Amino acid sequence: MSRRRLMFVMPVLLVWLLPWTASAAQYNYIDISNPFLRKTPIAVPIFQTAAQDPTAVEAAKAASALLEYYLDFTGYFSISDPGAFLEDPQLMDISGAGIRYRNWTAIGAELLVTGGVVIRDGDAEFELRLFDTVKEKMLVGKRYRGSPDDHRQVARRFCSEVVFAITGSRGFFDSKIAFVSNGSGHKEIYLCEFDGTNVTRFTHHNSISLFPDWSSDGRWIAYTTYADKWPRIRMQHVRENRTATIDKPGLQAAPAWVPGKFELAASLSFSGDQEIYLLTGNGKVIKRLTGSMGIDVEPTWSPDARRLAFVSKRSGHPQLYIYDTISNRVQRLTFEGRYNTQPSWSPKGDRIAYSAMNDGVIDIFTINPDGGEPVQLTENQGSNEAPTWSPDGSLIAFSSTREGKSRLYVMTAYGTDQRRLLSLPGEQSNPKWSPNIINP
Amino acid sequence: MKRKWIILAMLLIVPAMLFSVSCAKKAVMTEPSTTDTSAADEAARQAELEKQQAMDRQKQIEEERLAAEAAAATLAAEAMERDMMMAENRFTSENVYFDFDNATLDYQAQELLKQKAMWLRDFPEANVVIEGHCDERGTNAYNLALGERRAESAKAFLVNLGISDARLTTISYGEEKPLDMGQNEEAWAKNRRAAFVLE
Repeated sequence: MSRRRLMFVMPVLLVWLLPWTASAAQYNYIDISNPFLRKTPIAVPIFQTAAQDPTAVEAAKAASALLEYYLDFTGYFSISDPGAFLEDPQLMDISGAGIRYRNWTAIGAELLVTGGVVIRDGDAEFELRLFDTVKEKMLVGKRYRGSPDDHRQVARRFCSEVVFAITGSRGFFDSKIAFVSNGSGHKEIYLCEFDGTNVTRFTHHNSISLFPDWSSDGRWIAYTTYADKWPRIRMQHVRENRTATIDKPGLQAAPAWVPGKFELAASLSFSGDQEIYLLTGNGKVIKRLTGSMGIDVEPTWSPDARRLAFVSKRSGHPQLYIYDTISNRVQRLTFEGRYNTQPSWSPKGDRIAYSAMNDGVIDIFTINPDGGEPVQLTENQGSNEAPTWSPDGSLIAFSSTREGKSRLYVMTAYGTDQRRLLSLPGEQSNPKWSPNIINP
Repeated sequence: MKRKWIILAMLLIVPAMLFSVSCAKKAVMTEPSTTDTSAADEAARQAELEKQQAMDRQKQIEEERLAAEAAAATLAAEAMERDMMMAENRFTSENVYFDFDNATLDYQAQELLKQKAMWLRDFPEANVVIEGHCDERGTNAYNLALGERRAESAKAFLVNLGISDARLTTISYGEEKPLDMGQNEEAWAKNRRAAFVLE
């Protein structure tokens, strides 16, 4: 209810809002080649409130703490130590005109977030700004209205603005992650927020369910399940009680929704040989995409839906190939090693993440879709599998056995900041990051 | 002239006499059976009794023989059933094994499949699900695909040996159902298998 109301009101742009579309392009805060190499120090003082209003104090504390947490989660920022602050956050000027920038550059903070929370008649108003303390100017100003409990959404929205101002990309703050967990004794599909919080169970088949994949509007998840004895793909609506199946015998594995369409690719073996087919979202075959004897599996689409990377054993070992839907040509992408699988095309289009097995150990690599040298992202920490990109292409979630049992982890697109995403009973695998879901 | 008639008479009489003599002898021979009736009855009864006893003995022997045959048949049937069960157990318990990342059938696998084909010919009513499995190494979608190739190559071999395509279904479980949870080559080798399940 409160969430809906926030959407309804939508963030109101403050009058002094800067033309940030231009500013994002002008400032080079982030090294594009590896933006995570040097983190930008950012100070997030606790948002100001009228001291006598406990509801506002609570909302302000929660919102600023969450904003810190989300900013840290992106991997772009280092959070300045509040103990080093030279100003009292409750007394400083937050509007911009009276900010003493040198008090912030002196402690190393290159960016500063100020905020204020006012509660009137039960409605909360969050006023948040981002300043460049070096250039001494405001980059973003936003006002959000909603209930005091909306602080989570407010923190996410504003974090998305900060990331946009700094990188020119909207981030992943409206995304979720689907994954497989066997905590119930069976492999079922679960969902969680992008940061691993708010875990909910999506399937209840008491069977084996694998390979969830989100449609690009975030409304459908396709997955392979043995619920009806045979390994079959199911397209299941995320919120409504609607499912579709593919009426073909044999194996149905690893579906991949086409970006921007109610269509998907999947490996089917009804012809007696595994091939990748293009299907409607209702499970009707549109056409066959591959034509080679033997294993063809694990399709992943380029963001423009023009090309399809997949795994094939046509050369004798599993390697990545790219099929061009316009020219109908297939080209081999990986040549190093004898076991390259699990391709995942970055939503930015410039890299394909995959897993490679060497000496029995699996690690995650990325490669340019047009070829070139692979870059290794994980090393010497158990087996690392099933990479999946955040919708802005900045982070990669994956499964790893580095702590024994298979669990989910997240890292930047360059392999830095590897951390565990969540702790659940059983083992977790097959993570799949959703697109940003604006209207779920 | 007179002598001629005597000679003729002699010629006729002598054989006639000879004839009558032989007749007389025959009559004497048959005399006892026709004259002493009580003794003959006794003998006949005796014979009849002996005949009956012989028949009874024969019948008993026959019955004993049949019983023995039935017992032997039961034993044979039991033995056959045991053999059938054993054959069936062997059919379902003996797995076909594969090398890592491989779905081709080596010599051992082919020999085992030939035995399975014989069993399938002996039991034409049996329908079989061939399960393809992988070890835990590798990644699970690829292993699902590989498991299917394993099941399919076992099926294709049996079809080539004349087993009807319609009796054989395949299913891949990839790495989802290992037999041995160990993490060593011995366990992995056991898990890279095609298993046979009767429908």
